[in-house]
Amino acid sequence: MTVEMLGSWGRYPDFPQQRHPVHWREDVPHVLAGMPPGLPVLAYGCGRSYGDSCFAVSDHVLAMAGMDRLVSADWASGLIVAEAGLALAELIHIALPRGWFPCVTPGTKFVTLGGAVANDVHGKNHHVVGTFGRQVRGLTLYRTAEGPVTASPAQNPELFAATVGGLGLTGIILTVELQLRRVLSSDMEQCCVRFDSLDEFFDLSSAHDRNFEYTVAWIDCMAEGRNSGRGLYVGGRHAERGELRVEPPNSLRFPVDPRVSLVNGFTTRAFNALYYRRQLRKKVSRRVRYGSFFYPLDHVSSWNRIYGRAGFQQYQCVVPQSGGREIIRRVLAEIARSGTGSFLAVLKQCGALPSPGLMSFPLHGVSLALDFPQRADVNRSLFANLDALVHGAGGRLYPAKDAHMSAAHFKIAYPAWERVEALRDPRLMSRFWQRVTQ
Amino acid sequence: MTRNIIIVGATSGIAQAVARRYAQKGARLFLVAKDPVKVQAVAADLRARGASAVEVFVMDMNDTSRLTAMLQSASQALGRMDLALVAHGTLPDAERARMDVGYLVQQFRTNAESVIACLASLAEHFQTQGSGVLAVIGSVAGDRGRATNYAYGAAKAAVHAFASGLRAQLFRHGVHVVTIKPGFVATQMTAQLDLPSALTAQPDTVAARIEWAIEARRNVVYTPGFWWLIMAVIRVIPETLFKRLKL
Repeated sequence: MTVEMLGSWGRYPDFPQQRHPVHWREDVPHVLAGMPPGLPVLAYGCGRSYGDSCFAVSDHVLAMAGMDRLVSADWASGLIVAEAGLALAELIHIALPRGWFPCVTPGTKFVTLGGAVANDVHGKNHHVVGTFGRQVRGLTLYRTAEGPVTASPAQNPELFAATVGGLGLTGIILTVELQLRRVLSSDMEQCCVRFDSLDEFFDLSSAHDRNFEYTVAWIDCMAEGRNSGRGLYVGGRHAERGELRVEPPNSLRFPVDPRVSLVNGFTTRAFNALYYRRQLRKKVSRRVRYGSFFYPLDHVSSWNRIYGRAGFQQYQCVVPQSGGREIIRRVLAEIARSGTGSFLAVLKQCGALPSPGLMSFPLHGVSLALDFPQRADVNRSLFANLDALVHGAGGRLYPAKDAHMSAAHFKIAYPAWERVEALRDPRLMSRFWQRVTQ
Repeated sequence: MTRNIIIVGATSGIAQAVARRYAQKGARLFLVAKDPVKVQAVAADLRARGASAVEVFVMDMNDTSRLTAMLQSASQALGRMDLALVAHGTLPDAERARMDVGYLVQQFRTNAESVIACLASLAEHFQTQGSGVLAVIGSVAGDRGRATNYAYGAAKAAVHAFASGLRAQLFRHGVHVVTIKPGFVATQMTAQLDLPSALTAQPDTVAARIEWAIEARRNVVYTPGFWWLIMAVIRVIPETLFKRLKL
């Protein structure tokens, strides 16, 4: 029998990873010692990175999700210390009934704290609170040469900055000290506004982003001509009163691996057109549960299987504010012209708060994310055109989502990469890092 | 209401998952385990999750001479005990158990003798108390000795038989005994095995059913429940056929 292998969320590229489970902090050196000597390995969390940033060069990873204990929690101040394998889903399960919630959450709750730090994830409130790393008060790491090391903005600040957004390369993250935020209800007040053009989106964004802690927009990337740039703008804030209730785990599961992607020109066009018409009125305000606001896709586990065995690639870029509107317009036009498209194209105005990490993805500007079924020739030529636009404007791609970025573009977009490389633990190396630095 | 709980083998994956459920509800916990560092990590986790008190007692369960001290310490910490969960054990290397009699006997001691000794000590205490639940982790492997893991299965079968008798004996004294038979569970004990993913449960799924079985005073439960059917089939296969199967 073969041991079950681990993959990445986009299922492309396909490098099955052999798992070496870690359940205890003090076991990390023993697990490392049991892995192939001399070959670089990597820590692996929930496997929600889309491309090859969660793959070790040796295809041997430390599976961290079983190391998921709280080390301490002060429920009066919302400051917790937890092991790196704790997933946000479980953290919410523990913290929400006590009136606490993560300050920053990405679009899935199935990420570990270690993964959230390593990718310095951001969420719909980036324009107000910045990235996940801003709420991290300190870390402990296991470094093969030094053993356990503490890093925080005050202690080993360079190591801290290199670890936040450092793609798990500076050591095995053991614990994370994290500040949570108060919430008075588990519900969200949501306001959804239909817009008909990209200009209208930017107007909505500049008018409403200050009124809502959380904002995001979905756009119909298949629409051309008169309909181009249409979409839905969603703003939200935590409700001020109500119950603090954890939602039960999802029960739906995408059950099969279709031979070919079910996402194609026809289904995407149909989905996008329907999604746009989901609300007929210009503006709809209502109260929704936190799960449907933050994690709509988590309701169907293994939704990535819809793209079939070949998988998919996400293209997520951020372009600087000045000139960003025009670049996004051209990127969307390029995608619409290619005829390939995405179920959900997500547009987000990112804020100006600096990230603590040397290689954090967000910039003050506009971020766009789209999923494309994996088709080598189509994606290669489309992505090359998009890359030219993004890099020409001083923008960059998100390593956590990436499977194609060139070394040249990476080094320009993340000029501090050499400082991370200087602090990289020589025992650790991802396929992504090898691809973009060597 | 299950408030005061002693957990033996508290660093095991299933025990931790059960303890977390009770901790979240504010239970008082007394944890017994062999590794002092690991059990402290578990205790810290349970405190942070809401346990109203957590104390630890470090002992190797094979050292049955310390059971009296363990119980004394537990009743000091908890007073009346509502629940004892006996969850310690190992998964023997079947190949090694076949070649090395010393290893086989030592594994049997850990998984059968030490469990039975612990249950017997707890039973005496609970009988005096006149209330409470004793829950013990058996295994589907104990339902029938199979070629691939009969060293483990034999030990678990001994535990099942002992628990069954103990249940009948303690019934008259107001003490209930639950035998839990997990199937494949994704824990550190099974981390090195290649388990069929469709049949492998998460620890919390198993823990939810264990909690239900304890609160509902069930006698014998399979977890996940579908293992009842699988084992019913495995049990009725005639021996003439069974010995030819590679199960």
